[in-house]
Amino acid sequence: MNYLPLLGILIIILGFALRFNPMVVVPVAAIATGLLAGLDLVEVISKLGKAFNDSRLIAIPWIVLPVIGLLERYGLQQRARAVIAGFRAATVGRLLILYLLYRQAISAIGLHSTAGHPQTVRPLVAPMAVAAAEAKHGPLDEATSDKVKAYAAATDNVGLFFGEDIFFAIGSIILIQQTLESYGISLSPLELAVWAIPTAIAAFIVHSTRLMLLDRSLSSPRRSRGEGDHPKGGGGVAGEASATTPPPGSAWSPSPSGDGEDRR
Amino acid sequence: MITGQHVLFLVGAMFAAFALLSAFDRTNPKRLGNAAFWGLFALSLIAGSWLGDFANGLIVLALAALAGAKLIGRGASPTTEAEREGRGERFGNALFLPILIVLLIAVTGTLLYLYTPLYETRVFEKNRETFVLLCAGVLIALAAIFAWLKPPPLAPLQEGRRLIDAVGWAVVLPMMLAALGVVLADTGVGRTIGGLVLTVIPEGTIFPAVVAFGLGMALFTILTGNAFAAFPVMATAIGVPLLIQTYHGDPAVIGAIGMLAGFCGTLMTPMAANFNLVPSALLELKDPNGVIKVQIGTALPLLAINILFIWWFAF
Repeated sequence: MNYLPLLGILIIILGFALRFNPMVVVPVAAIATGLLAGLDLVEVISKLGKAFNDSRLIAIPWIVLPVIGLLERYGLQQRARAVIAGFRAATVGRLLILYLLYRQAISAIGLHSTAGHPQTVRPLVAPMAVAAAEAKHGPLDEATSDKVKAYAAATDNVGLFFGEDIFFAIGSIILIQQTLESYGISLSPLELAVWAIPTAIAAFIVHSTRLMLLDRSLSSPRRSRGEGDHPKGGGGVAGEASATTPPPGSAWSPSPSGDGEDRR
Repeated sequence: MITGQHVLFLVGAMFAAFALLSAFDRTNPKRLGNAAFWGLFALSLIAGSWLGDFANGLIVLALAALAGAKLIGRGASPTTEAEREGRGERFGNALFLPILIVLLIAVTGTLLYLYTPLYETRVFEKNRETFVLLCAGVLIALAAIFAWLKPPPLAPLQEGRRLIDAVGWAVVLPMMLAALGVVLADTGVGRTIGGLVLTVIPEGTIFPAVVAFGLGMALFTILTGNAFAAFPVMATAIGVPLLIQTYHGDPAVIGAIGMLAGFCGTLMTPMAANFNLVPSALLELKDPNGVIKVQIGTALPLLAINILFIWWFAF
């Protein structure tokens, strides 16, 4: 057996460990693997090109950006926050549990590409989650607001992954069916899809529990930055420290140009 | 018939517009790099089906080089936060309507098309109907916004470019990873790893084999960023020969829940760029791994549950 192509995997692991740009690590690993497996350079590049080309449908959801961007120009995110701030009963946890249920449900009926990070998380779910947290706990520092936004994105992923396989005509179900078929095991997509249901329920329970714990951690001993007990950069004076508390909304403003590439 | 290729034309045209606008954006010190990057990506979307495999491969390498050489940057935002804040007050909740239009057309449109006699018209390519309807929703929503708010003509593209620049090369990485997955599969790396895994499982007991299968799915997914690449490998290595043929487990359970064990790995890896790195960039989080860190707490217990589910339900 030829173990040399495994070096490609090693390149990936090293690349990530050393924090090289994955846009470089990935094609380098792919080309190294191909060459070590005995393909010539033109063959490897062609293979890479064909596979890239075959996966372009992934790019389609970006089509919503002009609508989202345009509405943001007229204050969409601020509006999303204002709406949630009006609901007394809204908490980050409850809001995201509701979204988790919605995301699992629409994915289970095959409408998984109608929601997602560009489509729903950036314009609606994340600002609403931040607003729910601020309505309950006052202005958030940047780390906390980032954490709340990360939970919004995570909830979308969990809802998608553990909802979509209930829909029998999805790619992963077809892939399972075809793989087993090649061993002479014949199954209908529906027979496979029903076995996604127990995990979907488990995922809902596990992630909902974590969202409720998030609510609790937000309300437990306040990480009060405005009270002056957080000596950061010569803080300690209450008035000065409160100046570091971002005004509502500033967490969303674009970072200064120039740091765009090194924060990933 | 409206096909996936038509949708790619539209998405490609949008990226071509981003490229043009980038080229003339004097606030961005790396405007030519951005223009080249989005321009090449637009070329791939629009003409990829006719360029041939080798030319497509060269585009992939050029995109990697532009990103690797840090030739992509960001310009200034067309509007300030304060401006947006003020306008939000004025337009109220009607601002949500255009998004609801997009979602409603995509959701109800797909359902209506698939489950009524409309399907007989075959106006949409099979399995592409939601994509087509998503685009239709976007165009209708844009028309509504123009009729209502009368923005400057280039505003949707300028604002779209603001958002795409915030995400940067992470837009292209998912396709790059899909390509890597294909190369790994075609060169037999999967089978080699599967063979190595098989040598470390003790013989004769079911539970360790189930654990190896579930953990293997998650680990291989973490490495490649894609459970689709992991499944054929782990099925060939452990799932079929051990769990199904030797221990007579239910293949439907092993297949379906095995894949879901792999999805737990997807939640924990930066290689799954479109699910984990793209949202961090899109939400402008300080830590690019912020989403992954939050997901680990859900993924690990769920992986354990999936392994137990296979053990209970399949045997």
